[in-house]
Formats: sequence, C-alpha cells, structure tokens
Amino acid sequence: MRNPALDLPLLFVDVRIRARGLPILDGVSLKIESGKPTVLIGPNGAGKTTLLRAAMGLVRPSSGLITWGGHEQSPPVRRAIMFQRPAMLRRSTAANVRYALAAANVARDKRETRVAELLADVGLAQLARRPARKLSGGEQQRLALARALARDPAILLLDEPTASLDPAATKAIEDIVRIVTARGVKVVMSTHDLGQAKRVGGEIVLLHRGRVIETGPAGEFFAAPRTEEARKFIAGELLV
Amino acid sequence: MPDNGNVSALHLVLSGDPVLLAIVWLSLTVSLSAVAVSALIAVPIGALIALTRFPGREGVIVFLNAMMGLPPVVVGLAVYLLLSRSGPLGAWGLLFTPTAMIIAQTVLVSPIIAALARQTIEDLWTEYHDELAAMNVGPLRRIVTLIWDARFSLITALLAGFGRAAAEVGAIIIVGGNIDGFTRTMTTAIALETSKGDLPLAIGLGLVLISIVIVINAAAWGARRLGEHYAG
Amino acid sequence: MFHRRHSIAAATLGFALLAAPSSFAQDKSIVVASTTSTQDSGLFEYLLPLFKQKTGITVKVVAQGTGKALDTGARCDADVVFVHAKAQEEKFLAEGYGVKRFPVMYNDFIIVGPSSDPAGIKGKKDVADALKTIMAKNATFFSRGDRSGTYSAELRLWKAVGVDIEKQKGPWYKSLGQGMGATLNTAAAGNGYTLTDRATWIHFKNKQSLAVMVEGDKRLFNQYGVMLVNPAKCPNVKKDLGQAFIDYLISPQGQKDIANYKVDGQQLFFPNANEAGA
Repeated sequence: MRNPALDLPLLFVDVRIRARGLPILDGVSLKIESGKPTVLIGPNGAGKTTLLRAAMGLVRPSSGLITWGGHEQSPPVRRAIMFQRPAMLRRSTAANVRYALAAANVARDKRETRVAELLADVGLAQLARRPARKLSGGEQQRLALARALARDPAILLLDEPTASLDPAATKAIEDIVRIVTARGVKVVMSTHDLGQAKRVGGEIVLLHRGRVIETGPAGEFFAAPRTEEARKFIAGELLV
Repeated sequence: MPDNGNVSALHLVLSGDPVLLAIVWLSLTVSLSAVAVSALIAVPIGALIALTRFPGREGVIVFLNAMMGLPPVVVGLAVYLLLSRSGPLGAWGLLFTPTAMIIAQTVLVSPIIAALARQTIEDLWTEYHDELAAMNVGPLRRIVTLIWDARFSLITALLAGFGRAAAEVGAIIIVGGNIDGFTRTMTTAIALETSKGDLPLAIGLGLVLISIVIVINAAAWGARRLGEHYAG
Repeated sequence: MFHRRHSIAAATLGFALLAAPSSFAQDKSIVVASTTSTQDSGLFEYLLPLFKQKTGITVKVVAQGTGKALDTGARCDADVVFVHAKAQEEKFLAEGYGVKRFPVMYNDFIIVGPSSDPAGIKGKKDVADALKTIMAKNATFFSRGDRSGTYSAELRLWKAVGVDIEKQKGPWYKSLGQGMGATLNTAAAGNGYTLTDRATWIHFKNKQSLAVMVEGDKRLFNQYGVMLVNPAKCPNVKKDLGQAFIDYLISPQGQKDIANYKVDGQQLFFPNANEAGA
C-alpha cells in the first residue's frame, strides 16, 4: 500500500459555487478519504462535474472551503482528472502520454519506460504510434486515463468515464479503476449507470440540485436508502 | 530584360535567361524572407493575444484584423520615409536595397499572419484548454504547445502572407526603386514592362509569377498532408 | 524540440541575410535618380554597361518622375540626379542641393494621337496652335499631370497660347498623374492625344492606332541636365564616383555613346554637352 497522500482527506466545507448568478453547488459538505472509490450519482445538472472540477482545483468556490490534506492552497501535483469528453492532443498516442509525463515533471530518462508501462496498463500498447485523434471513443477514453495516471496521482477524478462506451470498453475502464485502487490511488468518479455505481463503489454520494442528499457505503445505500430522493432515484424515477 | 518584344516570357524561362532567373530569385528571396521574419514575430504575438485576457483585447483583435488590409503603397511610403537618408534610420543606408523590400513586406505581412495565427490558436485553445489546465501546464509551455500542435493550420496563415507578399508591387517599388539587376522583382518588372507598352512580355511574366506561386502552394499543401498523416 | 526551433530561426536569419547581398556589396556603385521617360527609352540599359566596362562603377538607376527624382536627391537618397526640367534643376541648385548643372543631351517632344485625328492637327508646324485646336474641338487629351519634365513642357506650351489650363480645362482634358509609359497606354486605349518624348515613343510597344501628329517645333526641345548631389548637404554622397559618371556623360566618348544609341535605326538622344546655355 502506498503512503497516504498529502491531498487526502479531501474536504468540502459548505462549498457554494455560482456561475452566471445561478448556484451550481449549493452548500456541499463532503469528506473523501483514502480507500475504495467514491462514486457520485445524481441527475443531469446536479453538479457532479463541477464538484469534480472543484476537487481538482480548476474552479474556486464562491464561498466555503476546500482543503486537500488540510491545506487550502494545494498545487495539483498528485491529483489528476479525466473529463467526460477528453480532448486528444494532435500527436500520437504515445506522444500524448509523454506530454503528460513531461508536464508532470517526470525525469527525461524515465519517461520512455513510463510511457510503455502506462500504455500497457490501459491496453493501448499496440496503438502507441497511431495519431490519437484516430482512436475510437473507448480507446481515447483509455488514453485520457493513461494521461491522468501519468501524473502518479493520489487522487484520480473521473467524470462519467464510460458514458459513451460499449460494455466491453466499459469493462476495460472499470478493470483499470480496480487495479489502480489496489495500488493505493483514491478514485472519485461520477456516473449515470447505477449498475456501475454498485460494481465500483465504495462510497456513494447522491447529488441533487447542488446539494449532497445522501451518502453511504454502496451496499447500505442501495439496500436501504434513507432519504425520499434516494429511494426515488434508485427506483428510476426522475428527480426534478 | 532583353529588348526583344517578340520573345515570350515562356521562352525566356525555358532558355534559362539569366536576367529573368535573377528576377525570379529576388522575388522569392524577398517574399519568403519577409514571411519567415513575420512568422517569428507574428505567430507568438497572435498566440499571446489568443491566450491572454487584458483590457482592450477586443479592440486589439479588431485592429489586427483591419491591418490585414493595409494598403501596400502606404506601407511602402512609411518605410521609405523611415529609411531615407534624411529619415530617422537613414544612417543604415538601406533604401533601394532588397533589405528595405524585405522590411516593407514584413510590415505588410505580419498583421495577416498574426491575425490568422490568433484565430487558429484560439480555436485550438478552446479544444485544449481543459486538458492543459488539468495537466497543470505553465503559461509559456502552453504557448509553445499550441503553436506546435497548430503548426499545420499555421502553414495556411503563412501561405496567406506569402500570397500577399508575392503579389504586391506598391511597397517594394517605392522602397526598392526597381533598380535593374538589384531590386527588380517579378511584380516590379511587370509594372515596368507594362509602362513600356510591352504587354505580351508583361503578361508572360505574370503567368510565370502565378505558376511559381501555385507551385509553392502545392508544395506547402503536400507538406501539410504528409505531416498530418504522420503526426495526426 | 528547442534545438529544432533554434536551427529554424538561424536558417531564417541566414536566408534573410542572403537575400540582401547587394546592400553589402556597394563599394563601387552609385545611385542615380532619373526619370521614367529616360528609363522607358532604354538608354540606361545601353549606356550603363559601357560605363561599367570603362570604370568598373555600377550605376543603380532609380527611375521616378522628375519632381520625385529631385526630391530623392534633396533627401540624400541618391548621389547623382539626371533629369530634363531646366527650371526645376536650377531651383534645385539654388536651394543648395546640387553642386553644378551640366547639360548632357536633348531629345524632343512630339504630340501623338489617334490616326483618325479628330482634331485635325496632323502636320501642323506650330505646336501651341495644335494644342489650342485640340481644346477648341474638345478632343480627348491625356496629360501626365505629375511633376515631370514632360508635364512642365506641356504647361509651358499651354501658357504660350495664353491658356491657363488649370482654369480652362474641361472633361476632354484627362490628368493622369502617371509616368510616360502608362500615359501612352491610356492614350492608346482611350484614343486620345498626348505629349510624349520621342525616345519613349519609339521604344513604346503598345502604340495601337496612335501616330505622330506634330513634331519639329523648336519649343518641343527637351534638354537633359545632370547634377551631383551636394556633399555639403549630404555627407553620404559618393562624390568621386558620382563625378566620374558626370564626367563620362559629358566626355567625348560618353557623348558619342549617347549618339550611338538607336532604336529601329533612329537616334533617340542628341548630345549637346558643349552647347552654351543648354
């Protein structure tokens, strides 16, 4: 098991984030600790993406506090995020990973080995030379994951990583999540797929209209939800 | 140019007439040099404007776009006044030399390259923004990455600049003086032959000029396709 | 990647420097400001190689209108000024921009016009009368309209018949503000009359239906003068090399070379360096 990260626990204290006058996160308090993945669920517009971006440090709270391992300002050295629709750099698959390693200040002489390792981890070793923009959707998602892992993160934030993928590609991603979790990386991911939430979580966090409605270990959450919204959501009803 | 009005420009090209070749060579070196120097100045400036936010930014962009339409003859006049012996930079003795022509064309072409580079890089920035932020890439490295990754689209900007430079005559005829054997380019030679009434020769030279520009564009296009194929 | 960018930058700079070798090879050369009509006549293409052979000096001719050529001299951008507008040249001297004026050669002006001759002036011996007739008949006339020697001559001729052309011109009179060649192109295409120097006319290849209408009047005489730009005002002037060019033009050999310049068997310029009061 790796050293507990400097960035954990990740703490949200009554965080509010507004955009164009509207509240996106409306008083979120959350504690994320090392261990099994934390899965964010909730309807569209609940604020899942914004929460992940704030956890990365890309968005500042309008009010409230975010701390990483107790620090308010923490450069995102051991954090990484993968976006819902990742952008490929206009270069080869391997070059994308190499770029991420360089940006993470990995020593030049170590880069090539790491590129090979990371591509192997995500199953893209055969496509190392292919221009990244020519990869399929699932392959691009895996490449984005490799780029994120290149940062050797202690916290890995994933925004709907399998939203547009077929079951085989989805399984590939979930397998990688399992592997890195075993290596000690804390994964925080959002999903629309309740089945995925059950398979992968860990801790479940239900978000609705910018607020945390309920949290709990996956087993308990799905078997015996405490709140009305959670019950409705699990039953497949629309939360308005 | 030899005074045999019946000899077509094509014949001159095929026979490798040294005067014509010297004129073509000068045209190419002046315009290509101007594009190269402009690129070094204008691409980073375009990138900077694309990536930074500052008060009056919209005004700067409008101004830059407007400067794409700078009249060559006005640029020629301004550079002439600068480089004339009785002007501020007179001591450099650059008037009526190819260097003066390169300077004038650089002034003409830089806004074009800067404006197009800005647009290209801003578009790529929109695409890359999240990823580069997520990878915690610093400002200088962002500029370098965007310019590098946009290099094929930037070729188009350079070609636009080259087209402008190769086609113009107003600026270089003023600052170069159209001196036989020294500052006579294809466009200034065409102007001269037209004023001498040798229209067939002038048109012939014009066709030679257009052919050269087409060849250069084709080469650049080929380079771009090849590059894109390998780099993606 | 930094290495690559450095070498690209270095190659660019090298390329740019390569393009301007002549600016550094200016040791034995002079800049002569002259007129477009003289350039269009082809005289320089004939004369300058002879001069270079004799002295090794390269002459770079910048051809502009007379007014602009004198300006270029006044701005110290030329070493020698070689134009054909005596009054303007003497003003140039009086203002201290030139050292001394030497007459070199003359050619003559002619009036050309469409062969159909709508104004009916062909063969007239009195050029001022011809112009007056053009005006009376509202025949199209194209004027240089710039500060050239040709335009100065045109104005003198209008004045000689008591016409203030600025006030009395009508739609028939088209002022172009262009060089001799461009004016002839316009006259040919626009079927109008114009005043031109004979040298440019003989050398001009786009005559279409234009033909000589009036010639021979003594007032159509076009005198060329050459001056060294004053080194006192312009320290950069290459006075020895410039003077060598002037000396050549007025020397017996230079005068002979000028007389020998022919187009279609016709002599274009008549040397008269020794003519008093020229």
